[in-house]
Amino acid sequence: MTALAVAFVSAGVFFLVTGAAGLIRFPDFYTRMHASGKCDTLGVLLVLVGIACHVGASLTSAKILLIAAFIFVASPTATHAIARSALRHQNALWPEEEQ
Amino acid sequence: MQAFFVGATLVVLAAVVPCLYRILRGPTIIDRIIGVNVVGTKTIAVIVLVGCIFDRVEFFIDIAIVYALISFVGTLALSKYFERKAVLQREATR
Repeated sequence: MTALAVAFVSAGVFFLVTGAAGLIRFPDFYTRMHASGKCDTLGVLLVLVGIACHVGASLTSAKILLIAAFIFVASPTATHAIARSALRHQNALWPEEEQ
Repeated sequence: MQAFFVGATLVVLAAVVPCLYRILRGPTIIDRIIGVNVVGTKTIAVIVLVGCIFDRVEFFIDIAIVYALISFVGTLALSKYFERKAVLQREATR
């Protein structure tokens, strides 16, 4: 059980770190959001599932999975809201380079 | 097991630093909103990990639930506000 927890939590932390790296490295606003929105949601989900495994079957792990379900729904919605506000805020999209 | 969770927490906190850099330097307002959103999500992971370290997971889980809700609503409010309001800002560099 704990081996499973260690595996999940380390995978989750890996995704959180790559999300942060993506937030810096990417040139344009939309690409940054692309990286951070996805990696973060997955990273937090994996960490939460890992800790639910660590805690074992109980009311607490049910609550942990409740948070995971909420984040699974809420985080993409927040990312969508940010993207829409950026688009309406006349943020220039990436110009297509001429081949 | 304890050391593993402490290590994981430190790594996640180290991952917060680039987000703070993005918040500081982000050319446009919306970059800063992303940074805040990303820091919020990472804080949820840190709260739950710290709960594991102190072996009081059921206590910290409630904090994480509240924080997840608040940060979600905050991000929505921020993005809705900046949708129409043309905020004066330096020329938006890439």
